Amino acid sequence: MEASERRVISVIVVNEASVLSRITDLFSGRGYNITSLTVAPIPDSKYSRLTIVTSGSIRVIEQITKQLHKLIPVLRVYEHADLVEKEMALVKFPITENITDISTLCEAYNGKIVNVGDNVIIVMVADEPKRVENFLQVIKRYNPKEIVRSGAVALER
Amino acid sequence: MQINGAQMVIEALIAEGVDTVFGYPGGAIMNVYDEIYKQNNFKHILTRHEQAAVHAAEGYSKASGKVGVAMITSGPGFTNAVTGLADAYMDSIPLVVISGQVPMSLIGTDAFQEIDAVGISRSCTKHNYLVTNAADLPRVLKEAFYIASSGRPGPVHVDIPKDVTAQIAEFDYSIELDLETYKPHIKGNPRQIKKAMEAIAKSRRPLFYLGGGIINSNAADEVRELVHKTGIPAVETFMARGTLSHDDDLLISMLGMHGSYAANMAMSETDLVIALGARFDDRVTGKLSEFAKNAGVIHVDIDPASISKLINADYPIVGDVKNVVKEMLELSSQVKPEKYASWRDTISKFDELHPLAYHEDTDRIKPQWVIERVGQLLGDDANISTDVGQHQMWTAQFYPFSRPRQFISSGGLGTMGFGFPAAMGVKSACPEKISVNFTGDGSILMNCQELMTAVEQKLPVINIILNNNFLGMVRQWQTLFYDKRHSETDLSVQPDFVKLSEAFGGIGYRVNTKEEFDAALKDAVEKNIVAFIDVVVERMENVMPMVPSGGSLFNMMLLEKKEK
Ligand SMILES: Cc1ncc(C[n+]2csc(CCOP(=O)(O)OP(=O)(O)O)c2C)c(N)n1
Repeated sequence: MEASERRVISVIVVNEASVLSRITDLFSGRGYNITSLTVAPIPDSKYSRLTIVTSGSIRVIEQITKQLHKLIPVLRVYEHADLVEKEMALVKFPITENITDISTLCEAYNGKIVNVGDNVIIVMVADEPKRVENFLQVIKRYNPKEIVRSGAVALER
Repeated sequence: MQINGAQMVIEALIAEGVDTVFGYPGGAIMNVYDEIYKQNNFKHILTRHEQAAVHAAEGYSKASGKVGVAMITSGPGFTNAVTGLADAYMDSIPLVVISGQVPMSLIGTDAFQEIDAVGISRSCTKHNYLVTNAADLPRVLKEAFYIASSGRPGPVHVDIPKDVTAQIAEFDYSIELDLETYKPHIKGNPRQIKKAMEAIAKSRRPLFYLGGGIINSNAADEVRELVHKTGIPAVETFMARGTLSHDDDLLISMLGMHGSYAANMAMSETDLVIALGARFDDRVTGKLSEFAKNAGVIHVDIDPASISKLINADYPIVGDVKNVVKEMLELSSQVKPEKYASWRDTISKFDELHPLAYHEDTDRIKPQWVIERVGQLLGDDANISTDVGQHQMWTAQFYPFSRPRQFISSGGLGTMGFGFPAAMGVKSACPEKISVNFTGDGSILMNCQELMTAVEQKLPVINIILNNNFLGMVRQWQTLFYDKRHSETDLSVQPDFVKLSEAFGGIGYRVNTKEEFDAALKDAVEKNIVAFIDVVVERMENVMPMVPSGGSLFNMMLLEKKEK
């Protein structure tokens, strides 16, 4: 077995109906794995950018990029080597937890409290996916009620 | 010009130079059929099943090199056609398949005869469209034809809701296509080509590995020239049969699972594989790690995703085979044919050791004999289609093909039921050639309703049933690998194929002897109507040689030598 590695791929596609399902169908149909996928329009253009986190051997990743490129609405496929990568997470805590501690922790992970209600507080962090992972480990002791991750977005340096 | 969507479909087909459309009407596509009724520019052939319409369009396309067109209705019409789309996708056949869809207002409501057609066809087409506005139709149809026929060809599916076919909008087919995201690589990189030619000049035992891409890109003439100029022997894939003529000294027959001993040994011994429009299919390579183990690889293909997918290419060249081979020809003087004389000798010895052959039988006709016999009697005058099974492999092995597009068969998907409708498509594209379909007693029943189409449309396909009372190819595997447990492959209960053909207005022959076969074939050619020639052949014959699936090419099961 060839070593399987985490990879980040960006895909620029024409904004048109069903383009997203073309991409995801390609992954499922060929047995490739998607760890996360984010997508949003590129400002002032008719394109959208997808950031796909996947894993596979060099050969598999090469096939993924080539097969993606074959799709008609795909303009460009980048397999990133040197990139800035960020992910966001929103976490809901019971109001009874230590807010000061949580707030300090958030700051360490480029985040803050974004909402305080009667029963819960909600915080956000935005950082490298690895660090977001760390954060989510660390905050376990404050009994988070719900966690939402955005999936990674990335830009070549 | 302001016209409705249905008229646009007709106008686009005319503008594309389409002369034949295969199809089957229904509710959602009726507006288009109404326009078909009113026009005289192209012919519509009503098949008796949508699957057959698509296979016929495939046969038409493969024989003519043009884009095949099929027209179907929504729901069951579309689902029937899916096998054809998948078949065309696997064999890179350019098709435009137009389907009706329920009206826009009903999409997503589980309406009568609604199915998510583009959702289904996405994985078995090169591209597809759901047209939601008649104003988009001219562009979509123009793109569909362009995408189907350019780059690595393939089927394109256009799904049109019924109300869109009634909608009126501006039709201007002279629009320029603006496909900035789709730009197939046609020209190979000159530096890579130069390096590849230098590698060839240096090699001692090079081998051409010719694939179906050569036929698709109409490159057979250039390839023949390159092979002859360099004096390098060549093996053909199943899909490339006919690239070199059967009597070409440099052709070593087909390689792969049922390839010849010489072809597979040459592939195992070569030091440089020159793959042209071939995709290293698993039925060709056998065990990948043992395939051409000590060889460098030059790989020319229009599809970048095919290159280094399975076998690493030392000289990857993305481009249209025809273009690339033309450039290779210009550099070919550095390659000295004399240098390969001993290599050619070695290969001839392989061939003498285990030629493609079969044992004659005095009581029963051998299926291989039938194919050879048709080759002797009709040769180049016939276009040959097949269904799927043993008869298909024997045809690829034993028919003397002499030109590209002479052999039409389902390679990638291996679709039983392909042969007869495809042969009708071939006949409509090439009426001057005799159209022969080699089929099995299993396969022919999968689209035998097309007898009606063939009678009505005067498409005199000669179906030669190599009748072994078995699903022969599956039976062969059961015999060899499942300890002769012939589970559900015995076809002893059969229709009377003669009467079946006659019931539709065709002609039928039951053949037990070689003399009867000759007479039947002669009569069928003369009568010139659709025919079934039901040939009783040896039941237990196996396709040999054979590389067991996953085995390595040099480890073949060979034809047993006959005891004297
Ligand atoms: C639609 C479809 N179903 C099943 C198969 C599997 N299959 C491959 S060959 C074969 C037997 C074909 O039998 P027949 O047409 O009688 O030809 P023979 O092998 O006897 O020449 C079968 C069932 C297939 N290729 N296609």
